[in-house]
Amino acid sequence: MKYIQLIGLTLFLTGLLAFTVIPFLGEYTISEAIVLDNTKDIHQEKMKELLAPMYGKEYSSSFSFIRELNQKVDDYNSELKAESKWDQVIWDDYSFPLAKASLSSPVQNHPWLFLFVSIGLTVLGGLFYNLPKFKGEPEGIKNNGIFHSKMKNRGWLGMLTGSYLILFYVILYWFPAYMVNLVWMVEPLSLILSGNPASQWFLYGLIYTLAILVMGVRMFRKYKGNRYQQIRTASVMFFQTAFAFLIPEILVLLNKPYFDFKNIWPLDYSFFYDYRIETLTSSGAIGMFMLIWGILLIVVGVPLFTYFYGKRWYCSWVCGCGGLAETVGDPYRQLSDKSLKSWKIERYLIHGVLVLAVVMTALTIANYFSAFSFLGNVTNQLHSFYGFAIGSAFAGVVGTGFYPFMGNRVWCRFGCPLAAYLGMVQRFKSRFRITTNGGQCISCGNCSTYCEMGIDVRWYAQRGQNIVRSSCVGCGVCSAVCPRGVLKLENGPEEGRINEMPILIGNDSVKLNA
Amino acid sequence: MSPSKHIVILGNGIAGITCARHLRKGDDKIQITVISGESKYFFSRTALMYVYMGHMKFEHTQPYENWFWEKNRIDLVQDWVEKVDFEGKKLYCQSGKTITYDQLVLATGSKPNKFGWPGQDLTGVQGLYSKQDLELMEKNTESGVKQAVIVGGGLIGIEMAEMLAYKNIEVTFLVRESGFWRNILPEEESEMVGRHIREHHFDLRVNTELEEIISDGSGKVKAVKTKSGEEIPCQFVGLTAGVSPNIDFLKGTELDVDRGILVDQLFQTNLKDVFAIGDCAQFREKPDKNRNLIEQVWYTGRMHGETLAQTILGKPTPYKPGVWFNSAKFLDIEYQTYGQVPADWDESQVLNFYWEHSSGKVCFRMLCDSDGRILGVNNFGFRLRHEFFDKAIREQWSGQKVIQNLDKANFDPEFFAPYISAIQRKYAEENNITMKISKPSFFKRLIGAKL
Ligand SMILES: Cc1cc2nc3c(=O)[nH]c(=O)nc-3n(C[C@H](O)[C@H](O)[C@H](O)COP(=O)(O)OP(=O)(O)OC[C@H]3O[C@@H](n4cnc5c(N)ncnc54)[C@H](O)[C@@H]3O)c2cc1C
Ligand code: SF4
Ligand code: SF4
Repeated sequence: MKYIQLIGLTLFLTGLLAFTVIPFLGEYTISEAIVLDNTKDIHQEKMKELLAPMYGKEYSSSFSFIRELNQKVDDYNSELKAESKWDQVIWDDYSFPLAKASLSSPVQNHPWLFLFVSIGLTVLGGLFYNLPKFKGEPEGIKNNGIFHSKMKNRGWLGMLTGSYLILFYVILYWFPAYMVNLVWMVEPLSLILSGNPASQWFLYGLIYTLAILVMGVRMFRKYKGNRYQQIRTASVMFFQTAFAFLIPEILVLLNKPYFDFKNIWPLDYSFFYDYRIETLTSSGAIGMFMLIWGILLIVVGVPLFTYFYGKRWYCSWVCGCGGLAETVGDPYRQLSDKSLKSWKIERYLIHGVLVLAVVMTALTIANYFSAFSFLGNVTNQLHSFYGFAIGSAFAGVVGTGFYPFMGNRVWCRFGCPLAAYLGMVQRFKSRFRITTNGGQCISCGNCSTYCEMGIDVRWYAQRGQNIVRSSCVGCGVCSAVCPRGVLKLENGPEEGRINEMPILIGNDSVKLNA
Repeated sequence: MSPSKHIVILGNGIAGITCARHLRKGDDKIQITVISGESKYFFSRTALMYVYMGHMKFEHTQPYENWFWEKNRIDLVQDWVEKVDFEGKKLYCQSGKTITYDQLVLATGSKPNKFGWPGQDLTGVQGLYSKQDLELMEKNTESGVKQAVIVGGGLIGIEMAEMLAYKNIEVTFLVRESGFWRNILPEEESEMVGRHIREHHFDLRVNTELEEIISDGSGKVKAVKTKSGEEIPCQFVGLTAGVSPNIDFLKGTELDVDRGILVDQLFQTNLKDVFAIGDCAQFREKPDKNRNLIEQVWYTGRMHGETLAQTILGKPTPYKPGVWFNSAKFLDIEYQTYGQVPADWDESQVLNFYWEHSSGKVCFRMLCDSDGRILGVNNFGFRLRHEFFDKAIREQWSGQKVIQNLDKANFDPEFFAPYISAIQRKYAEENNITMKISKPSFFKRLIGAKL
């Protein structure tokens, strides 16, 4: 067994190494035709002129190529800015499409080969590593050694992993031009699925989905005897693969708008942006259906499902961010901060983001109906601020990059505006709660330690109080790890759900609020 | 706000700390000091094994954050008390400090039993009770330990075995009885746990007693010898043959002690203003016919603390324990019990119902009196609701009513196998009655675990 796992680890690391090296391959040569093909009509003339000195030159590294390209555009822009000719500034960033088109590298000739050697090997390695896990061991809790691990307890391996992830996100969001090799590698796959050339987002979607699948397999192994964990893991694997990855691509193939049927505003913060509304309203019946579906999810779906099942129906069964957190992030769940202080920070932050998202969307809609006369500029600036600070930096870089530092639900706990909305419903109008089993708690602390949302579950359990917390995503791990069978996730009547003054049973001498 | 009186609690375990918390809840004025030599902050002793096995860090075993104590004005002193001057109401600490009190609560807990075995003080031989024991065990097993022997098959013994297995140490388990924890568990349950212990590759030896622990000549353990003369090589020995009250420093004083500190139903000792609770207390009379004179579990420690706090607050409250309950975990198998299920019973007085799942890892036992009224249940490998059985046993439900309503007692996570219906079916069959079998919803039957 150990043997197969060792092979798996080797394959994984080889794949990762290939993935890291591939962006450095090939040369870049730009031409007038490339510029014309990849810039908007209004910029074509200018770009053609600006980049003319680069035509025909061969750049052996992405760094020199992209630096020079950006330099040319930046110089031009700063001149205009100095003269306050704001409307002539080229705001669009063309570095990605230009780099992609200018590249000539072995990856383009053998994309499948490179895909196999990098992502393929990591997936294979991951499966080899995970499938034999705990083989021959009885079913049970598999938390041995977590706090002695270099990976799972902020050791050097964890630090390294976190840094790699952060670097990846920074490049993905702000410097995608440096990863065009990787994008070329998935080009044929994208053509098959959607008929469109690949973007960095297609690459990201593919990696994201595969990561959830491979680490989902790990969940099956780790929670061998726990049906609840297995089913909800299967559920996030399914929703990510089908709804987030395949269906949107296939829709595009069928000339329909790209649409993720399970992504809900305000997590999907751009849902009401004018360009998206326009795409939907101009796409006939199916577009209309998508628009109505999206709105119904917000106003009916969320409250209704959350009333019956708690926010878990979304956060740990359906959501893509949650899906990644519950699979790839599972090894880091114990790193969330349980202090009262972090709970306070959490409430300010998450509700702050929700307010921001609502205000921004309200402005967007007002702006839309007033034919862009109402606060047009402010709305745009708000969009770019939100997209940068919340959508990319918070949700991506911090949300995932910080797994090995602050646990797997940093975004879900401190940032996600949809979680804030679901949480309010869960707290005030829901049948969901975690019931504690009378006086059976021994205050051991397993539940609190393994709660990814940083809920101090034990605080409630040891006083016999139901856990009704807006942040609980219903992952069920507290219940799984409890060695005394104290916790049960339940949907039940609202009566008696919130018991602020619980009484521990078993002592007839006094009836006391614990 | 000048303090009305100074209560000193000796021992910051569950008993002492619960008492302190409830004192503060009930009275804003009194001065409360908690002294313990083991650690400054309250931690959960029951979680020591998880620290060793890397499931948690030590700080995770502390149920309250450090600011909690200051906020609630509970003064913490980390020191060992060496002598008590009951006359002068004064405590003498190891550091040289003295602390005076108006009322003293003794909650000093237990210490591992040592029965004077030859070699019991060798290096590498130890019990597991305190934080210091845990640290010692970490040190003792850091390197060079391939084989270990556990003496005494109780709850701490199996925890120690699991801990050692984490370090890939071969464990031999010496149990004096005919089966694991057989003095508490009925035969089938004891067998079940025994099988599971062997499944984890521990060498479980029943009917085996320790004769002596053998030194390697340099003061370290090298083997143990059993009563039958067999020598088992080992580099570590865990002594887990029970615990007894930790009261050595109180012996020979005017305080009345037997095995523990003798108390009445109000937890009063023979001395005015001195009380004792938790593991270290010994009742002069049983608090209930089914209870022991010394109660050595977490839950009772908590209840003692809750109850005594009321008395000190001026509402004299005798200790009246409710329906008994307990729980434990044997490696991967969880165990809960409600009411009275002794290891053996008189067949003519007691009706026994037992169901075991074919996996051999899940079982349920219910005992009823000769009139068919429930006495208690044991459940292994699945979870049952405390509240349900507290009510059923208190109200003396008939066994049939209990089984009929058993689905309401289910506490397993969603989608787990429907053990309840299997139990109901067997009960109906054995008693020749028709019974409505609880069925899980269609969805759960579709994707849930099967029996
Ligand atoms: C490994 C282990 C696992 C257990 N698991 C369970 C379980 O699963 N379920 C269950 O119900 N029970 C369990 N128990 C038993 C349970 O932990 C005890 O019954 C309970 O902790 C007793 O609480 P207490 O407050 O009476 O005493 P303790 O928790 O022992 O506290 C007494 C404190 O007083 C201090 N003290 C004593 N003398 C002095 C002195 N002279 N000066 C200063 N300080 C002093 C000690 O250092 C100690 O900190 C377990 C025990 C152990 C050791
Ligand atoms: S409280 Fe339990 S179910 Fe809720 S998020 Fe925390 S671990 Fe998951
Ligand atoms: S894991 Fe269970 S026993 Fe331990 S503190 Fe949490 S609820 Fe209590």
